[in-house]
Formats: sequence, structure tokens, C-alpha cells
Amino acid sequence: MGQAVQQPILRNGYRLYMLLFFVFLAAPLVAAGVFAFNDSMFPSLPWRGFTLDWFFSDVDPKIGMFHDRRLLRGLYYSFVIGSMVAALSVFVGTCNAFLFVRYDFRGKNFFYILMILPLVIPGVILGISILAMASNLANGVERSFGIELELLRPGIFLVVLGQFSFITTISSLIITARLKKFDSSMEEAAYNLGASRARVLRTVTLPFLRPAMIAAAIVAFLVSFENFNTTLFLVGSEAPLTITMYDRMVKVGSTPVLNAVSFFLMLGSALLALVSVLIQRDKSDQS
Amino acid sequence: MTSDAKKLSLLLLFIPFALWIALLIVLPHIGMFELSLKEKIAPRVYEYSLANYKNFVTEPIYWNTLLRTGGVSLLVTFLALLIGFPVAYYIAKVAGKRSKGALFLLCLIPLWVSDLIRAFGWILLLRETGVISTALQASGLIDGPIEFLYNDATVVMGLVYTVVLFMIVPLVSTLDGMDNEMIEAGYNLGGNGFTVLRRIIIPYAMPGIVAGCIVVFMLSAGSYLTPILLGGKNSSWFTEQIYDQFITRYNWESGAAFGFVLLIFTSFVVWLGLKLSGQTLSSTVAKS
Amino acid sequence: MNTSTSVPDLECHQISKNFGSVQAVDQVSFDIPPGSFFSILGPSGCGKTTLMRMIAGFESPSNGDIRIKGQSVLGTPPNKRNVKMVFQHLALFPMMNVYDNIAYGLRCNGVKRADIDRKVGDVLERVALPDLAKREIHQLSGGQKQRIAIARCMVLDPDVLLLDEPLGALDLKLREAMKIELKLLQHQFNTTFVYITHDQSEALVMSDHVAVMNEGRFEQIGTPQTLYHKPATSFVAGFVGESNQWRGTVVDSTTDSISVDVGTGFKAIATPPPGAGLASGSAVTVFVRPEHISVDRAHHAAADASAKTNELSGTIDSLLFNGANSRVLVRDLTGELIEADITLTGGLDDPKPGESVRLSWHAASALCF
Repeated sequence: MGQAVQQPILRNGYRLYMLLFFVFLAAPLVAAGVFAFNDSMFPSLPWRGFTLDWFFSDVDPKIGMFHDRRLLRGLYYSFVIGSMVAALSVFVGTCNAFLFVRYDFRGKNFFYILMILPLVIPGVILGISILAMASNLANGVERSFGIELELLRPGIFLVVLGQFSFITTISSLIITARLKKFDSSMEEAAYNLGASRARVLRTVTLPFLRPAMIAAAIVAFLVSFENFNTTLFLVGSEAPLTITMYDRMVKVGSTPVLNAVSFFLMLGSALLALVSVLIQRDKSDQS
Repeated sequence: MTSDAKKLSLLLLFIPFALWIALLIVLPHIGMFELSLKEKIAPRVYEYSLANYKNFVTEPIYWNTLLRTGGVSLLVTFLALLIGFPVAYYIAKVAGKRSKGALFLLCLIPLWVSDLIRAFGWILLLRETGVISTALQASGLIDGPIEFLYNDATVVMGLVYTVVLFMIVPLVSTLDGMDNEMIEAGYNLGGNGFTVLRRIIIPYAMPGIVAGCIVVFMLSAGSYLTPILLGGKNSSWFTEQIYDQFITRYNWESGAAFGFVLLIFTSFVVWLGLKLSGQTLSSTVAKS
Repeated sequence: MNTSTSVPDLECHQISKNFGSVQAVDQVSFDIPPGSFFSILGPSGCGKTTLMRMIAGFESPSNGDIRIKGQSVLGTPPNKRNVKMVFQHLALFPMMNVYDNIAYGLRCNGVKRADIDRKVGDVLERVALPDLAKREIHQLSGGQKQRIAIARCMVLDPDVLLLDEPLGALDLKLREAMKIELKLLQHQFNTTFVYITHDQSEALVMSDHVAVMNEGRFEQIGTPQTLYHKPATSFVAGFVGESNQWRGTVVDSTTDSISVDVGTGFKAIATPPPGAGLASGSAVTVFVRPEHISVDRAHHAAADASAKTNELSGTIDSLLFNGANSRVLVRDLTGELIEADITLTGGLDDPKPGESVRLSWHAASALCF
């Protein structure tokens, strides 16, 4: 172990630093979560007792999050968008992994950099560029053919495309890393044992990739769920949860129902993140 | 596999990639660039010109905002590295086997909490009627309520908070791959703590450091919620200007020009960072 | 099956393979009679893996023909050839348990469920691991994995089983045990095994016949004894077993004896390779195995000196003690080190470093190419 931290004073100092860091990390999250249970009209001290009203109450003025139509609708849209983005980006990410691990072609390095690029483009710019192109296309179609392409106006479809545009990079990287670890003699072994190419893919290669694909889907879902910058420009009337919350925060100010939503989201994303970490850890036991 | 079948499968795999990159990345950016070169001279009549860029250069408030965004983001990146490196080193090299996994998990789980919730949490802590102000009053340390929000220090702190985990995670993975014996050999050959850090640990961790810095810088420069919510409506963040042009003024041409300027600016900083550290995009970001 | 001339399980006829300008396999021909253990021995990069991959069907030869049970398989894809392969790192499927690994090939062939159960049970019985069906792969020991990898192939009743250095990843002790076990398994299944290795002891211990391969060509095919005692080429003499080697030029030759000037004033008398008359002046290498050299103390006049045609004197440089396989390193007058086998009893009579000794060996055990 690091000899630099052998002396007790330094070691305890280091530990204190770590403690402070984790307090720093946790403080706002705790604040955002804990006031969901305060029996008060405002998310602030003093503590007026424990309540679950901000989750379940259906009486004005304390409308709990599970009775708040707009928040529930936001949650639903977030869920739909997240699922679509996860499915699409895992599909394309898997194709990309095979493309870049298994094949050699001209300009491979250039295309690989193109694949990483969306990760270093600010989300705002992805949002406006896709918005501009979609509107341009929709206007053009309308002018030339007189058809209104509702799909290319801000709405769920554009939000999905916008998020997909950079989340695919993340899922590609996760799945590529796993595929690189694959011992391709396993495919040859299956082929040698009499399996067809399709069967090899279905019974050997894809099962090997499954943990990475699930982890990529979870990460894609979480990133989609929390995304704000790209979504902001592409959103139509079907606003996902983060946009609805932001709206509420700016227009109504902070109310404990937002704490309830925050708590709910943190719990959900923590559980999903835990699942994805455990799934990925599983592979180290197997190899 | 015969070579024809191989070519066909290559083509089939290339199609989704090409559609994704062409339709969602390359074409929109070309379109945005074209849009930024247009000037509205009458309703529904446009002309190509550099007016939008001229506008950006001649209005000091715009480029000042950009420089401020860039400068603050660099500061945030530096602070995130300064704060994050010891944490990553502790997790990767100092912590015991058991606590290591637990600590790393503690860092991974909040990674996916929305910026909005983080900023919301800080607002509850820092505002005039917030937890810290109330607690300080109750303890008698201060007499009246204090507003901690809406100043630059809070914005920087909030940004560092939002991005520091994106610094720590790649650093932990890089440092984890480093052989402990390398550090011990460094001491064994007569190095002290500082030289070992400077000559062995930091050069080894360079890809992780650069990866973390790039991601953190981009997240900071491209962030919208944290500066607005913690810094108030006049926090002068460049993304806010873009939003303003696009949504409030509905001046898409100018907004596109601003977007393009931001893209060039951030790409330049990333490029400079890669050149100075002698790394490449695929050796850093792709690994994390 | 009562044909008087049995068809070889595997025949390779003049097969070659080139990757671009690199000739990986160069006109190799051989055939393997049914039920034998055949090894291909060669240094890494000699083309043996390419040869094996062509037999399995993962590569197609540039020239020549491969026949299994008399039928050419050139147009047959790997999954339709009745040639099964045990991979270097075994390539067991980690996401399936032992049963599913073994059943994999049967399922691919559409074998009925009940038959699969019976066959998997049978083959596990035969590799002496009857209770392991439900185990996960990562729960197995190295030796068990080895046997499951073989069982996975043998359950399909292949005409030929290919093994690509499967012992390479094992530790020394286990490797020794697995050598014997593989040989026994081969006997039991009575299937043709083609075994690829760079380790000569694996090849010599297990095989009925060994082919020594170098730079894409077969140097010699023969029983292990033939390869060891009657190597056909200088490569085989140097690669199989250990030898002391001297380079020199021929000064005099007859049909059964040859004398070579190795340039240090020492004239070695050796046996020339059969059929190849080496003319005076040609450059040759003389090979003498350490066990053929006798070591005598210099002051003892060698009693049977007349019978040994080669003699050298030197001093003992060091003793390499290894039980029954102990060696002595002798430095001759020109400073070259020569290895010879000796018996070290641990008694006072053992030779010690610094002593002068006389080395001698028969011309018959000195081979020259």
C-alpha cells in the first residue's frame, strides 16, 4: 500500500478528507430527499414531523406526487423515451461493437473517432442542430408537397433522436469493451461442434455480450431519464419528467412534492445503477 | 466465412452506424452551420452573410460570456481534478479490498442523478431560508439570514459538484490498473512521495486524467441548469445565450451561429488539451 | 468394415497454404491409420496451427486435398465436418454448465432429448467425471476442464479429434499427469487423435507416430523411437531430444564412417546419414547426445579406449544435479562446454568441479548432417 500515507497523522488526515468528500457528495442529495418527508408546505427547516403526504395525499393543498397528473405524465413520457432510447442505442451499439472489433475496413480509425465524437459535443448543440435540421426538413416537405410532417416537429420522436445521438456512443463503448474480451476461439469451437453461423451468434456470442448489453441499456435509460440540455430544445407538449420538474421549479417555486419526485428518482436510479454494476461485476467471476 | 458473405455482413453492420452518424451528427451540424450563415433581410427572405458572426464579435457581452464560460469551466476542471485525484487514489490504492468496492459504488450510484435534483438540493441548502442559513441562525453564529446563492463561488462549487464524479470514475479505473509494485519500486529506488507522484503515478494516470478533464470540461461548458439555478438568471453562461436566441427571441440563425462558436471553442480547448498532454481521443475518452 | 486395406482416417495430400507471400504450409502429405495417436511437433510459427485449422476447415488450403475416411472435405464447411477440435484454451462456453457444453453439438445435430441425456451421461462416465453435469465451468479444476473439453468433442463420435496444445496452460505437475491420461483416453475411445505441440516430451510420450514440422514442411514422420535414435535431418536431430553440437568440415568419408574437422584440432568420427554420401570439404554438424558420452577421470587409463572412437579431455566446470538425470558440464581444451550424463551417488567418489576428465563416445552414436 502507498507508503506516502504510512504516518498516522497523514493517514487520518487522508481519511478525514475522504469523509468530508462523501459528506459533500451526499449533502445536497440528502437535502433533496429528506424534505419529501417533512410535514410542511415548504422544503425547509424547521422539521415539522414525518409524513408521506407528499407522495400519497390527494387533498389540496398537499397533492402528493402520485396524484399529480402532470408529474405522473412526465414520469410516463420519461419512461417511454428512456425505453425507446435504450432499445435503439443498444441495438446500434451492438452493431457498432461488431463493426469495430471484428472487421477491418478503410478509414476505420476515422470512423471510430466519429463514433466517439458525440460524447464531446455539448448537449445543447446536439439539441439545436437536430432541431434545426428537422424543422428545415419539415418546412421543405410542407412547402413542396403540402404535407405537414408532425413527426419532425418538437416532440417525443425528436427527443428520442436527440438523446439517442449521443447515448449510442456510450452504449457502443460499453459493448465494444466486452466484445474485445471475447475469445473468438469460442465461436470456432461452437462452429466446429456443428452449429450454424446464426446459431453460434445466438447461443454463444450474444449470451456472452448479454451482461454488457443489459448494463448499456440501464445506463442509456438513466442518462435519457436525467437528460435536460438536449431535451430542452426538442421537447413538444409531451414533456418528460426533468422538464416538468424544471417548469414547476421556475414557475411555482420549490415545493416538497419536488422533493418527493427527487427521492423517488434517486431511489430508482440508485437501484438501477446498482443492478448494472452487479451485472458487470458478474463477468469477472466467470472468466 | 466466404469473402462475399463477409462483405455483406460488413455492409449490414455499417448501415446503422452510417445512418446514426450521418443523419444525427454530421448533417445536423452542416445544417446548423448553413443556418448560421443566413441573415433575415425581410420576413421569410434570407441571404447568406456573416452577419450573425459579426454580431457576436461586435457585442462584447456575447464574447465576454463565452470567455467567462470557458474560463470558469477551466477553473472547474482544475478544481475537479484537484479534489477528485486524491479521492480516486484513495479508492484505487489506499483503501482495503472490501471498502474499495463500497467506496467506488458510492461514487457510481450518484453519477446518474439528474443535474436538476443536484441543483435543487443545493438550493434547499444554500438559499436565504435554506438549511445552512437557518442552522447558523439557530446556533447564534449569525443574526440575520444569509443568501449563499446567486454568486460566482456558488456556481463554481455547484459545477464542480456536478462534474467531479466524471473525473473520479475514469481516474479510478486507470489507477486501478497500475501495479502497486511500480510505486514500491519508485520508493525503493530512492524517490520520495513527491517524486513518485510526479514521475510515476501522474504519468501513468495521464490517459485517465486527460479523459476526465475532457469530459468534465465539456459537461461544464455545456451545462445549463447548474449556472442558471445556482447563479440566477443573470449568471452569464453561454448556453443561456443560445437558449435565449433560440427559444425566447426565436432568432434561430443567430442561435445557430452561437452554437457553432461554442462548438469550435470547446473543440479547440479539447484539441489543445490533447496536444499538450500528447494523448488522442481514442486513447482517453474511449477507455473510460 | 472388413476391408483388408483399411482406409486412413485422415489423409493430407500435397497441401499448401500461403498468406500473401508467406508460405505457412508447404506441400505437406501424410496419412493416419484409424485409431492412432499422431502428433505434429514443431517450434511456434512452423505452420502446425495453420495445418490443423485447414483440417478443421477454418482455413482452406491453397493447394492439395484433405480426405477424411477417404472422402475429400475441401468443400465442406467446419460445422459439417466430422472432425472435432480441442482448442488451446479449451474454449468451453462459460455461460453454460457442463451438461449444456457437452450437449451443445448434439443439439446442433437435432438429437432427441432422451438420447442427449444418455449420451452426455455416457461420455461423462468415460472421462470419469460422472457427477459433474450440473457444475458451472468456472467451478472446474484445470484437469477437469481438459476432460470436459474432450468429452464435448467425443460425444459427437468424430472420425478425427484434433488437439491444439491443450496442455500448454497447465502447470507442470498436472501436465505430466494429463499426458498419461490423454493417452489412456485415446485408447479407450479408440479414435484417431491428431495432437499439435511444440513440446517434444508431450509428443514422444503419447504418440504412435510423430511428424516433425519446420518452416511449413514435414522434416520426418516416424515413431518416437525412430525420431530420437535415427533422425533424418539435422533439424530433427537438433529439435528432438538434447545434443552436443559441433560444426565442421568433412575431411574423410566412407560409407559407414566419416571424419569431421571441427576446427579446434579435434577430429570427430561420426556416422553419416543413410544414403547421403558427404564429400570431403562439405560443411556439416555433428550431434552427440549427452547420454552417449562417458566420463572418466583423466588419471584412470580408459580400459576400453579402443572401443570408443572419439576422445576429448577437459575439466569439470559444474555439476547439474537432478537426481537420476544429473549432468556434468565439461570445458574442453578450447573452452567449449560439453554436456554429459553421469550418475551422482552422493558418495565421496563423485566427480567435483575442477577435476580433469576424459570424455569418450562411439562413432555410431555421433550423427552427422
